[in-house]
Amino acid sequence: MHRFANPARFMRLSQTVLPWLAAATVVLLALGLVLALVVAPPDYQQGESVRIMFVHVPAAWMAMCAYTSLAAASAAALIWRHPLAEIAAEEAAPLGATFTGLCLVSGSLWGQPMWGTWWAWDARMTSVLVLFFLYLGYMALLHAFDDPTRGRRAAAILALVGFVNVPIIKFSVDWWNTLHQPASVLRMGGPTIDPSILWPLLVMGLAFTLLFATLLIVRMRAALIERKIRVLDAAASGALG
Amino acid sequence: MALSTWLAMGGYAIFVWPAYGIAAAALGLLAIGTLRRYRMAQRRLAQMTGERRGEDI
Repeated sequence: MHRFANPARFMRLSQTVLPWLAAATVVLLALGLVLALVVAPPDYQQGESVRIMFVHVPAAWMAMCAYTSLAAASAAALIWRHPLAEIAAEEAAPLGATFTGLCLVSGSLWGQPMWGTWWAWDARMTSVLVLFFLYLGYMALLHAFDDPTRGRRAAAILALVGFVNVPIIKFSVDWWNTLHQPASVLRMGGPTIDPSILWPLLVMGLAFTLLFATLLIVRMRAALIERKIRVLDAAASGALG
Repeated sequence: MALSTWLAMGGYAIFVWPAYGIAAAALGLLAIGTLRRYRMAQRRLAQMTGERRGEDI
């Protein structure tokens, strides 16, 4: 891990990986959209409204995946104080918040026709809303101190404490009675979804994952360049003064 | 399948299309914002290092 945590090495490696990653994202997104909107059959109970699932579920996966990355990077930043881990955590947060927002909005648009309500305080919806506020809290805390190092530490601690919410989201459907169905993809004994719907879901899930990875890498590169610019700026003003 | 049947989404058009539309808009804006920031940072750095090289000569 440490070998790859060198910023210069990260810039080199990511430069090679990035075009392939971006291309794969575009191809998989296009394929996923065709599968989701055209190829997948309507559900025998939910009709065409089931197509919302192909946005909703991948967004929910990414909301949790991004938070796990955020927490892992925060732990690495706290333990090793590595700048690359700090940057990874900072840049994962807005991406995760966007996916969480999308999960909530698409869920609302699915809940109204299927459950007859835009929102309910059901365990899974409430825990995902908490996740959304954790992201917002993390980003607010990051910039809440005059000393950026203290802001980063406080935000990293919040990210770690908030990680307990991730298993709560995953198992909320087993622990409480909720409107949501029990796990149907990642469960003991294999998925219970029909392949005609599972495949489009997995392709969209992979497309969202690649999109997250691509955007995270570009943002990390941007953040590293911005740091370098600040250093050069400081050096230049130091030389002048 | 006729285009209008497809667009009607079995009567769920007002739920299905906004879900996809909002997702496309949010992720699209995120991608554009990310790229714009990256390009701006790259340009600024090139400018600065260019200036510095100029100083050296």
